[in-house]
Order: sequence, then structure tokens, then C-alpha cells
Amino acid sequence: MTASTASLAFEQTGDGTLLVRLRGRWRLHSGVPSAEPVERELTSHHRPRALAFDVAALGEWDTSVVTFLGRVEQVCERHGITVDRSGLPTGVQRLLALAEAVPEAADARGEQVDEGLLERIGVTTLEARESVLEVLGFIGDVVLALGRFLVGKARYRKADLWILIQQTGVEALPVVALVSFLLGLILAFVGAVQLQSFGAAIYVADLVGVAMARDTGALIAAIVMAGRSGAAFAAQLGSMRVNQEIDALATTGISPIEFLVVPRVVALVLMMPLLTLYADVVGMLGGMLVGISMLDLSFTQYFQQTVSAVSMGSAIGGVFKGGVYGVLIALAGCLRGMQSGRSASAVGDAATSAVVTGIVAIIAAAGAFSVIFYVLGI
Amino acid sequence: MTQPHITVRDLTMAYGSFVLQRDLNFAINRGDIFVVMGGSGCGKSTLLRHLIGLNEPAQGEVLYEEESFTRAGPERRQQLMRRIGVLYQSGALWSSLTLAENVAVPLEEFTDLKRAEIDEVASLKLALVGLKGFEEFYPSQISGGMQKRAGLARAMALDPEVLFFDEPSAGLDPLSSRRLDELIVELRDSLGATIVIVTHELPSIFAVGTNSIFLDAETRTMIAMGVPTELRDHSDNPTVRRFLRRGENGHE
Repeated sequence: MTASTASLAFEQTGDGTLLVRLRGRWRLHSGVPSAEPVERELTSHHRPRALAFDVAALGEWDTSVVTFLGRVEQVCERHGITVDRSGLPTGVQRLLALAEAVPEAADARGEQVDEGLLERIGVTTLEARESVLEVLGFIGDVVLALGRFLVGKARYRKADLWILIQQTGVEALPVVALVSFLLGLILAFVGAVQLQSFGAAIYVADLVGVAMARDTGALIAAIVMAGRSGAAFAAQLGSMRVNQEIDALATTGISPIEFLVVPRVVALVLMMPLLTLYADVVGMLGGMLVGISMLDLSFTQYFQQTVSAVSMGSAIGGVFKGGVYGVLIALAGCLRGMQSGRSASAVGDAATSAVVTGIVAIIAAAGAFSVIFYVLGI
Repeated sequence: MTQPHITVRDLTMAYGSFVLQRDLNFAINRGDIFVVMGGSGCGKSTLLRHLIGLNEPAQGEVLYEEESFTRAGPERRQQLMRRIGVLYQSGALWSSLTLAENVAVPLEEFTDLKRAEIDEVASLKLALVGLKGFEEFYPSQISGGMQKRAGLARAMALDPEVLFFDEPSAGLDPLSSRRLDELIVELRDSLGATIVIVTHELPSIFAVGTNSIFLDAETRTMIAMGVPTELRDHSDNPTVRRFLRRGENGHE
């Protein structure tokens, strides 16, 4: 075997031909040599008319040779120099011929039309309108299907609904507990530092209690569920789309909205208020841990203070918000799942998009609730 | 002369402004095994989606026995769709249900049968496609060929008048594919169903097809119609001849 690395040598023959000698082992993992030396050689001395190859010293070779030769031929074409391939190994010659066998399809590269700013604004606006209409259409379909569900006419499987209730309810308890307990703890810490300086440490119970009951419990449960169930819904429906299962429902004469979306919305609407209540209580326990261990409050003191601070109205308000967030999470998850493209990566995008849409919708709704509840004086 | 079972009139299929196929005109007779063929990407499967109402035509219409399917209201459309069965390319079984439950869903929804009767019918349909004893399996537990056959059992659940097959032999070994072909002919003969197959498998096309159309990707329309074996031997269109002879020139 000859020299180990790929190298080039040039020789001008008498009849105006540049002889390119390929030497050594040409392996793809050691890189593809640049065609620049060849170009230099072509342009520097008196211009050769043709290019030929000598491969007597060429060792093992792979695609790197073919790629290199492709570059060389492009250079030669630019300079109007003919290439004589006869000196190359037969395998290389055949690969080159194979690569040229089918001409590049005229529209294969896709035309990169440079759109003007106005055109792009226009296209984006039309797309936005399209997607708003799509969302509204979807919500309309779901509302109609929910109506049929309420009068007992919707086509769905009860077993599916129970499984969904289990998945979005019982199975979500640990993570909701963990997150809301820690959040209660954090709220209590933040409050304790401020309130202690006024000697009003007992009001930590008010702070945590009111915050959890009115807003935070519902919000934290909703955000956990958007990440958990919203993403799961989108991934489930998305892969059902990829697998044509949703088409199969439609051609069987069963509305995919009734069969797939309604049970998911119903499951979350039923479970979210319960999860909210659960998150409220666990969050208050987190606050209580700080109160008892750091602020020297007794269990009874903290408990009494919490009970007197949290009104029934605000707790019910929080639970109601939780239900609404449940609708939003289920709608976002199912919408993105139904819109999913028909590939594995599209299903991933759908899940991501479901979480983002869900959380944005939750926060927007939380803002709207704050204003409404304030105006109504609840 | 009997009226055709399915008629396609001036159908143009498009995604947005991209026209896939235009001016499709053909009729499928009752009892036909009608093959839609053409190269990859010519719009065969899209045509099937138009025939079963999953895509809306850009122009033209699809008629089932003189009645426009395209212009039917949603209620009427559902009724018409109940008379067709579709076997999707991947089988498209509902993955959260067992095979028996998959077959049972259409029966539960559209018949007044009792639970025990539904189970009985579901088992029968599975037995017809050679899946006796697999009632309690989930789709992920069986092979691709079996999934396809189970999909066929589900498509046949309501004894449809028309059965659509999207690339039935894709992904099957030659023997399974042959057995599926035989099953298709058997079903047509025993149920008296009309069968529409989208495929580019030449052996299947010649074995079962009683009529066919050829969609061309280049000219974006149908360029031949007729019995597949006759098209192979006598078509005056070089593209069709080349396709049906697998690029070989044959005896010319």
C-alpha cells in the first residue's frame, strides 16, 4: 500500500493536458480534499486544454474521491476544459455516470422567490385569519358535541372516559401535591421575611391561604396539567392522525370530536376542580410547615388563622377557575393533536405547541378572571 | 344496462393552488374490482380520500348511484358512508382497543344488536380474515399483515356495498399479498360488493382487476381506462405500457 494520506500531484504533459495524480488512501472520515489546487493549477501556467487522471498510486478509495471529482468537474466546466475520465478506476467512472444519469428535476430545489415586505405581511395576515377561523371552528364543533354529550347522544366509549379520568385525576395527584406544597412553602418564606419585621408573622397564614385558594392553587394545578395531560392529548391524537386512525373514525361515520375530544374535555373538567381543591390544601400545608417550624406558630394558631382568612367565596371562585382552565388545557391539547401533521416530528411539534398554547390560554384567562372578580367584588 | 355504482364527474383535486389531478371522469360498475394505478406521487391515494369524503374536490363531484356525495348534507353523507368500508394503508386500527372491540365499534354505533350478538359477529368477521382466536389482542401485539387483515375485518363489519383498499399489498410479503388478493376476490364474489383498490403492485393489478384507470403524474390527469391486462397488451399510450410492463418492452 502507498502513502497513507490522500494527496495530489500535477504534471503538464506535452499536448496541453494537465495530468492529476491521485495518491494515497482516500477515506471520507479524513475529509474531502479541496478542488482549489486543481483550480490554481488550471489558471496559473499556460492553460491546459484537457484534464486527465493517473491513479497508479491511489490506495483505497470511497465516496471522497467521487465527491472530489465532482468538484473538479465543476471547476473544469467553468473554465471550459474537457475532462478525460478514462484514467480513473472503473468503479469511480460508473459512480460518476450513475450520478449524472437522471438530470436534476426542474422544480426539485423549490423556487426561492424573494417576497417583498408587503407580500409577507399580507400572507401572514391571511394565515393568521385562517388559523383563527380554524380555532373557532374547532371550538364550535366541540361545543356542539358537548351538547350532544349532555343529552346522551354523543358517540364515545365509557371505558375510555374512565381511563382518562384516572389518568388526569388520580395519577396526577403526586406531582400536583409536590409542586403545590413547594409553592406554599415558597409563598410562606417570601411573606415571613416581610411580615416578621412588623411582628405580624401570623399573617403568613392569611397570605398563603388566600393566595392558594383564590388563584395560585388553580393556576399551579393547571400549569402542571397543561404539561402533563395537554401534551399527552396532543401526542395521542397526533399519532392517531399519523396512523390514519382519525380518518378511520370519520369514514366509519363516527365524529372524532365526539369520540376523542369530548371524553378528554369532560375528564379534565371533572378532575381539574378536584385537583385545584387538593392543590389548595396541600399548598396551605406547605405554608403551615414554615409557620410552625420557623415562625414558632402552633398548629392551632395557624389553622384558626387560615380558616378565618379564607372565605368560602374565594375558595369556590378558585375551584371554578380550575374547571375553566381544565377546558382550556383539553381544548389546546386536542386542537393541536387534531391539527398535527403526518410525521413523527410533527407529533412532537404538536405536543410542544399544545403546552405553549395551553399555558398562554391559562395565564390570559387568569388575568381576565382577576379583572372580572375585582369588578364583581368577589 | 345497470347504472354505475360510483361515478366521478370532472373531478379536480388540489392542495391549495397546487393541482394534483384534473378532469377525472370515470364510472365504477357494481361488482367491479376497480384498480386506481399510477406512479408514486400521482395522487392515487388522494383520489381515494376524495371518494370516501375525507378530502373535498376543488371542482367536480363524486356520485354514488346517481346521488351526489359531494353535495350531500352532513347527515346524508354519514348515511352514505355507512355503506362503505375502507382498509387503510397501515390498517389504522384504533390502538387503544382490542381487535374484537375494533370490529365491534361500527356494530355498536349503527346496529341494535345485543352485546353477545356483537361479540359473535366480531368473531365471525375476524374468522373471515383468518384471525380466529385473536379477539383479545391489541393492534400493537400482532404483525403488520395481521393488522391489515384485522383492518379489513373492521371495514367489513357492516357488510358494506363498496370496499376501498389503499395499497393493500404495501409492506406484505409476496405470499401474504397473494392471499389478500384471493381474499378480495372472494369477498367480491360472496358479498357482491364493489371493490376499489389503489395500488401499484403489478401482480395484484393483473390478478384481480376487472377495470382500472391510470393516473399520470406528468400530465396530471387520467391517461388510460380499461381492463389492466388489455391495457398492458394493447394500450396505445407508451407511459401506460411501460408502467404495466415494468419498463420492459415486451413483444413489440
